[in-house]
Amino acid sequence: MGIFSTLTEKSWINSEQTSNQIKVSQIHTIWPAKTALKFFLAVVSVFFMLFTITFLSRSQSIDFQALSGEPWLPLSDASQLWWNSLILLFASICMHFAVQSCKKQQWNIFILSLSSSCLMTMAFIFSQVYVWQLLTQKGFFIYSNPANSFFYLLTGIHLLHLAGGMFALTRVYVIYWRHGHTLALLANLRLCAIYWHYLFIIWLYLFFLLTADSTTYKTIALFCGF
Amino acid sequence: MQKTHIAIADQIDTSHHPTSFMSKYIWSQDHKVIAIQYAITAIGVGLVALFLSAMMRLQLGFPDQFSFIDPSSYLQFVTMHGMIMVIYLLTALLLGGFGNYLIPLMIGARDMVFPYLNMLSYWTYLLAVIVLLASFFVTGGPSGAGWTLYPPQAILPGTPGEGNGIILMLISLAIFIVAFTMGGLNYVTTILQARAKGMTLMRMPLTIWGIFVATILGLLAFPALLVSAIMMLFDKLLATSFFMPAILSLGENLEHSGGSPILFQHLFWFFGHPEVYIVALPAFGMVSDVIATHARKNIFGYRMMVWAIVAIGALSFVVWAHHMYVSGMNPYFGFFFATTTLIIAVPTAIKVYNWLLTLWRGNIHLTLPMLFSIGFIFTFTHGGLTGLMLGNVVVDLPLSDTYFVVAHFHMVMGVSPVMVLYAAIYHWFPKVTGRFLHTGLGQFHFWGTFLGTYAIYLPMHYLGFLGVPRRYFAMGDTDFIPASAQTLNASITVSAIIVGIIQLVFIANVIFSLIKGKKSGPNPWHATTLEWQTSQTPPVHGNWGENLPEVYRWAYDYSVPGVKDDFIPQNIADADVIKMDKVTKGES
Repeated sequence: MGIFSTLTEKSWINSEQTSNQIKVSQIHTIWPAKTALKFFLAVVSVFFMLFTITFLSRSQSIDFQALSGEPWLPLSDASQLWWNSLILLFASICMHFAVQSCKKQQWNIFILSLSSSCLMTMAFIFSQVYVWQLLTQKGFFIYSNPANSFFYLLTGIHLLHLAGGMFALTRVYVIYWRHGHTLALLANLRLCAIYWHYLFIIWLYLFFLLTADSTTYKTIALFCGF
Repeated sequence: MQKTHIAIADQIDTSHHPTSFMSKYIWSQDHKVIAIQYAITAIGVGLVALFLSAMMRLQLGFPDQFSFIDPSSYLQFVTMHGMIMVIYLLTALLLGGFGNYLIPLMIGARDMVFPYLNMLSYWTYLLAVIVLLASFFVTGGPSGAGWTLYPPQAILPGTPGEGNGIILMLISLAIFIVAFTMGGLNYVTTILQARAKGMTLMRMPLTIWGIFVATILGLLAFPALLVSAIMMLFDKLLATSFFMPAILSLGENLEHSGGSPILFQHLFWFFGHPEVYIVALPAFGMVSDVIATHARKNIFGYRMMVWAIVAIGALSFVVWAHHMYVSGMNPYFGFFFATTTLIIAVPTAIKVYNWLLTLWRGNIHLTLPMLFSIGFIFTFTHGGLTGLMLGNVVVDLPLSDTYFVVAHFHMVMGVSPVMVLYAAIYHWFPKVTGRFLHTGLGQFHFWGTFLGTYAIYLPMHYLGFLGVPRRYFAMGDTDFIPASAQTLNASITVSAIIVGIIQLVFIANVIFSLIKGKKSGPNPWHATTLEWQTSQTPPVHGNWGENLPEVYRWAYDYSVPGVKDDFIPQNIADADVIKMDKVTKGES
């Protein structure tokens, strides 16, 4: 039933059809956590969208100095961030393999994939912190320019979301060790995988946003009407 | 196609069945207990805010008579009063309190779909309240930046509480948003997936529709407040310049430069305006159900009421800048936001007309819930109409910094939701406790509150027209304000204190009725919705015994022609409805 027909239902009329429609076996089992996750991802998307708007707005001030575009700027050579992206991509792929092996009940591959994903995620977190260190060593402190502030802020928020995901992942381990293979294990793992893929996409988006040059910001801001 | 989560809908979930005092009343995962925990905390912190408003009024009514109120503490009272009332009382009580109690019962579920998360949501909320109240006890006291917390002044020397106070305020808000998100995800998922068999979306009572849409608004709007809180914390603690422009403060050049205070305003009001409807929509829903039940008539225009709730929810995201006309903006933007503000009045007016048309020729029972509901229609209409005035740029500019605005938003966002809250408490108290609230005390409470709030806020409109500025600690010698304005201010203060004391009568009534109140039975109002059909009152853990209810009709079958009783509960099948002709035949 589409949203339009749902909202136009004349619920005060108890027609035969309406009653049948409800009584017939149309009850579907859904994992409610998946619905909750969809809403949560919508919330996180709004969160990052609002940060983006503030970023684009702030990028049009005269004191804003983009972190790339000129040879002396730290992110003109973003090789370390590319490595970090590869690490997170690998974490995401491992998570996918973990789901597949869980479905096929290949437990050795499952544990290997899941643990690899965990390790890669932790590696990503440490690598991001390493990028922070590189920036501060070069004198790009959080307060010295709004572009720096946004870099630390947005990457930090992204890391916090990953850390939250790691917390959820411990639940998957707990379910596995306590109960072995259950529907709950697969369901929770799938949710983690969706979350990991989503955070990888968010990271790619942030990567693009934070390493663009001033001309790109100007074009986007113009397009958005800032 | 109806979708139901089988684990919730068809099975008795005993996984969090309370076995000890602690698991039953403290670390409870039962939605009803969590709702009561939310309600007690929200009302408790609301009483603090009520006390703060009395302090403010004492200064305004009788300037410089009280040595314990100085300009700094006055601003702190204003700030904490506003923030507590809007976020920590109204949002928490309407969604955390009533949302938690009513959602599973009204849709025929055993509990929320994530009971543990629900419990966590309450304790996180409590932590937010504690952090906020802790700011009263730190050096410099709580923030005095006004509830909108506008930078740059909110975090600069010269503003009360610019040190620890504002930091604790921002941290508390961030914690509150985390709590709300946990609760909100639970509410929407429960409504979408744990409805009883037969409970289609369009058979849901309007209370649930209001809570559902308000929760979605909250989930999408609170991130804006979180973003602004985080960025302001960075500006304060890490010397960044997101919102802070270059400033010479107390003869000293600050480290900040280039930030945009207007950016904060946009973020704040992108949250702030939907927040009005996060409070209003559950109130709209609840008052609709109370009016239909106590007028013994189906709600007029049910589908239109649902569409209006959805339309108001959507439009609430495109009106935010009408709070910022005085900040200066492109005239075309002003025109756009004035237009959307007027447009949102259309679905809102539809709702008011539908409440009136539900009452029209209804079998009106002037019970306490009905009295408060009728009171709400008055106060909301008055507050709404002044909102239309302020929505126009040319009217808003001269009135924006006056008491007219204070009167407007207190009528529409303070008194009106509180009227509904009282209507709802008097209406659902018998289900929560099995007892009625005392009628005599309740009537005293209603008339005192209703007339008292008019005695407070009607004169404030007039003060606004005179140009009396808001936020001021004292008026001083101001030529354009006549001396009579001070007499009016004193009268407002006396009324406010009387209304405040009357709220204590309500608290006394609750305590008295809990112990000695008249027993109510399971369905004292002869209501149709599912929460009144539980086998036990108050409902026990799991709500429904072995079998979940099955729903056969919408929530408003009152005074159906040819039927013996003047109500048909939602879980009664057509075949089981006792018709009038059968009764007559039986008698003859």
